[in-house]
Amino acid sequence: MITKKDVEYVAKLARIGFSESEIEQFTKQLGAILEYIGKLNELDISKVEPTSHVLPIKNVYREDVLKKSLPVEEVMKIAVAKDKNQFKVPKVIE
Amino acid sequence: MNLHELTAHQIIKDKVNPRELRKALEERISAVDKRVKAVLRLCPDKGEVGKGVLSGVPIAIKDNICIKDHLTTCASHILDGFKPPYDATVITKLRNAGANLLCSTNMDEFAFGSSTENSFYGPTHNPWDLERVPGGSSGGSAAAVASDQATMALGSDTGGSIRQPASFCGVVGLKPTYGRVSRYGLIAFGSSLDQIGPLTKDVEDSALLLNVIAGYDPNDSTSVDTPVPDYTKSLIKDVKGLKIGIPKEYFIEGIDKEVKDAVWAAINLLKKLGADYKEISLPHTEYAVPTYYIVATSEASSNLARFDGVQYGLRSKAAKKEISDLIDMYFASREAGFGKEAKRRIMLGTYALSSGYYEAYYLRALKVRTLIKRDFDEAFKSVDCIITPTSPTGAFKIGEKTEDPLSMYLSDIFTISTNLAGIPGISIPCGFMKNNLPVGLQILAKPFAEEALFKVAYTYEQNTEWHKQKPKL
Repeated sequence: MITKKDVEYVAKLARIGFSESEIEQFTKQLGAILEYIGKLNELDISKVEPTSHVLPIKNVYREDVLKKSLPVEEVMKIAVAKDKNQFKVPKVIE
Repeated sequence: MNLHELTAHQIIKDKVNPRELRKALEERISAVDKRVKAVLRLCPDKGEVGKGVLSGVPIAIKDNICIKDHLTTCASHILDGFKPPYDATVITKLRNAGANLLCSTNMDEFAFGSSTENSFYGPTHNPWDLERVPGGSSGGSAAAVASDQATMALGSDTGGSIRQPASFCGVVGLKPTYGRVSRYGLIAFGSSLDQIGPLTKDVEDSALLLNVIAGYDPNDSTSVDTPVPDYTKSLIKDVKGLKIGIPKEYFIEGIDKEVKDAVWAAINLLKKLGADYKEISLPHTEYAVPTYYIVATSEASSNLARFDGVQYGLRSKAAKKEISDLIDMYFASREAGFGKEAKRRIMLGTYALSSGYYEAYYLRALKVRTLIKRDFDEAFKSVDCIITPTSPTGAFKIGEKTEDPLSMYLSDIFTISTNLAGIPGISIPCGFMKNNLPVGLQILAKPFAEEALFKVAYTYEQNTEWHKQKPKL
């Protein structure tokens, strides 16, 4: 059973802020969903290989050919905050 | 017939003037979208007419497919102001085919949902009954095509997001085989499940549009390098000798009787036309929804980690005083930017992938996925296609399932296995319920057997009139 403490821990991993009442609501809802997902425990999967991908492709390589990238000025148009051609963020360390 | 009602193949055949066509569609949007709310924003009309197989055909694009310099938000607050610096591969292909990019359409935020209610911009309404949902997550694209606000549209399908809204809105929706269409520029939800596909007024348009968007793309390492056939060549009225499988697990309690009757009437019509059917079993069907909600949310939690307010989109301005450093900015931006369902799925996925739970949830789900895929491999040894209802019910009411995430998840019960197995599926109209809501028929085939889908779908459609019905708006 998932507890409020678990939900707070996962929220921290997911980097999402939550209010106290949201944590409580999510604990209830995630609990119900996980209980339903527990259905998967009915199956014996000890001899089954996992499928992470349906296609029989493994690593896809390409020739190391030089190509033009997107123009930097074009890309920097999307920036929330920038300084010349760099993304600006709040301070990272004290 | 009014210009906005035409299919793409009629437009091409009659050489309709592209300028008049674009004008007619924009007028239609002005006239009805206040009520339907399928369209988020128009694409600028540059007045040019492109040359190619879709010359001048107005097409609507789901808001999770990148269009260069055009606001693309996944109907999420967190992508506020995001104008991609490049086109998705499907958009490049549409431009090269001469299509007219008409508008962006509404969707559940990041494609998380089955009703288009989880949009930052508010819900889309079903053109057949404005108090009901259009399905989702490509509900805006399906509703736009159904209400003649777009000639055709692109959607994306991770667990049924093209087929289920096609069913609810009475249009044709195709999810191609995983790897058939490039995902480059599709903002990712579940990378091992997502496929872009057409929503159209009929089967012929679906084949026309798949012809344009299918094919290998070096920018998507999961697109497959196999030749693209001319899908319009599969538009043949012939099902003689076709072997149809009817999975017994799909006709269970909880399925609406009117849906069941409409689907059986369709199967019997195909039999009359020369096909043969038999009951088959897909024994792991009941495990598809729980498997999906682990696999899809795990992939989503990882894909959505990039939305953190650093580069583009929303950076929380609750900032300044409270936000002292970068980590606080992540928390505040993601709290403000994501809606409830997005948060729920990121949380579930993060939990399933977290240390100590990975094996119990994620790895277990991947193993059950193998079993589900094997069910289909086994079934296709003895049948050419599988027929099921697309959804267990018709369109439900707006607000009916929003407080109960589990019951919402269960409306995808018949479409989810397809994505887990990577096979193609199409939903076509197969009747109406007493309350005048459309019912969808789902046809599934082996990987890369889209031609088989088109052949069955076309034969059925050409022997019925359902696709010609229009909602009164």
